[in-house]
Amino acid sequence: MRAPTSDLPLVLKGVSLSSGETQILRDLSLAITPGAPTLIVGPNGSGKTSLLRLCMGLVSPSAGRISWGGRTDAMPMRCAIVFQRPVMLRRSAAANVAYALAQARVPDRARGERVAHLLDRVGLADLAERPARRLSGGEQQRLALARALARDPEILLLDEPTANLDPTATRAVEEIVLKAAESGVKIVMASHDLGQVRRLAGDVIFLVRGALRERKLVIDFLDNPSTPEASAFLRGDLVI
Amino acid sequence: MSDQSSAWQLILNGDAVLFAIVRLSLVVSLSAVAFAALIGLPLGALLAFSRFRGRSFLVVLFNALMGLPPVVAGLAVYLLLSRSGPLGPWGLLFTPSAMVIAQTILITPIIAALTRQTIEDLWAEYRDELSAMGVGPVARMMTLLWEARYSLLTALLAGFGRAAAEVGAVMIVGGNIDGFTRTMTTTIALETSKGNLPLAMGLGLVLVTIVLAVNAAAWGTRVWAERQAA
Repeated sequence: MRAPTSDLPLVLKGVSLSSGETQILRDLSLAITPGAPTLIVGPNGSGKTSLLRLCMGLVSPSAGRISWGGRTDAMPMRCAIVFQRPVMLRRSAAANVAYALAQARVPDRARGERVAHLLDRVGLADLAERPARRLSGGEQQRLALARALARDPEILLLDEPTANLDPTATRAVEEIVLKAAESGVKIVMASHDLGQVRRLAGDVIFLVRGALRERKLVIDFLDNPSTPEASAFLRGDLVI
Repeated sequence: MSDQSSAWQLILNGDAVLFAIVRLSLVVSLSAVAFAALIGLPLGALLAFSRFRGRSFLVVLFNALMGLPPVVAGLAVYLLLSRSGPLGPWGLLFTPSAMVIAQTILITPIIAALTRQTIEDLWAEYRDELSAMGVGPVARMMTLLWEARYSLLTALLAGFGRAAAEVGAVMIVGGNIDGFTRTMTTTIALETSKGNLPLAMGLGLVLVTIVLAVNAAAWGTRVWAERQAA
């Protein structure tokens, strides 16, 4: 079921975000268009999470404008987000997905089949009846992905979904993300793991202290950074 | 010593008068908990995640009303329901209904205030996730109440404890009429002043036992249910 409206392209024009005296994002202008995954890269505190929250419509910019598929008035319709630490409802894994489907206005009758399909897609079919809060970190992250995919998103926003995971769990998450990307979902993912950037990215948004420093194809970014901050970040130096 | 043994005898013999008094007390207090939950749970939840002018005032008011003296609640309901009061024509004064109303007024603030605190903490945790899923205000309230169900059991117990233990409100609006509006607490007060200590003690024992049993059952439910659904 495809909704008639589209959230793409997602366009930010002169967007700033401040909280009290602190400026979190400064004058960002960029467009998210269909295609390979876009990775938001930068040191901790560079504004990656805030940028994703703006894209999801969870916060409003202090200045500038965001538009989803040309609309600026409404909340995004076809975006979904996976937080760095997803919060599971106190019910089974399957019930968590069913809840997301209900919120996405999937009719009652269609839900059972969709739940099974989504859990299968993230490899949690065997754990469907397990209380969601008892799942391991990696399993919860995959359940959060199933819940986000339940919204049938056009844009999937991911906030360092593998930051606290071991390599096996990281691989499982990355495979789900890549599969979603192959099926036409636009992935926008924050990461500060350069290996992950290399494995997943089509292009890179490089943020430092809330400002956009580079926007490039991943190969150009990794091999040919044009700002001293990016060079330092790629060398593994501390960028503050 | 003889007082104590006759108190036990009353209980063991299944004394009909005693049984009727216990039954009325439970019906009144449990009805009050049910009505107070119906009002207090949604009210507390709404107060938890709404932002409007006067919210702080309401929060402080409910917190303060947790300490509302039962006689004051009783007096307010008495004035409402008395022959010349605004609801006088309903003819409810000195009936069990009046007692339910008074106890509901007494414990709704307790349930609302405790619910507000619980849901507010939970809302901080769930806010982003629920907003991202596009959960509307009504569904949000239902979801948070359901997610907090085990903690809210404690709020209901606090309400029940308060209702079961109070004398002042039911005494004023019920009138302690023999066989009609006489509850455990009003009987204990009356019989003690009359010097009939066996009945007073018997009822005291029953009251404490019931409160213990209800709390034990609630605790057991909570432990069991949390094991089921983490």
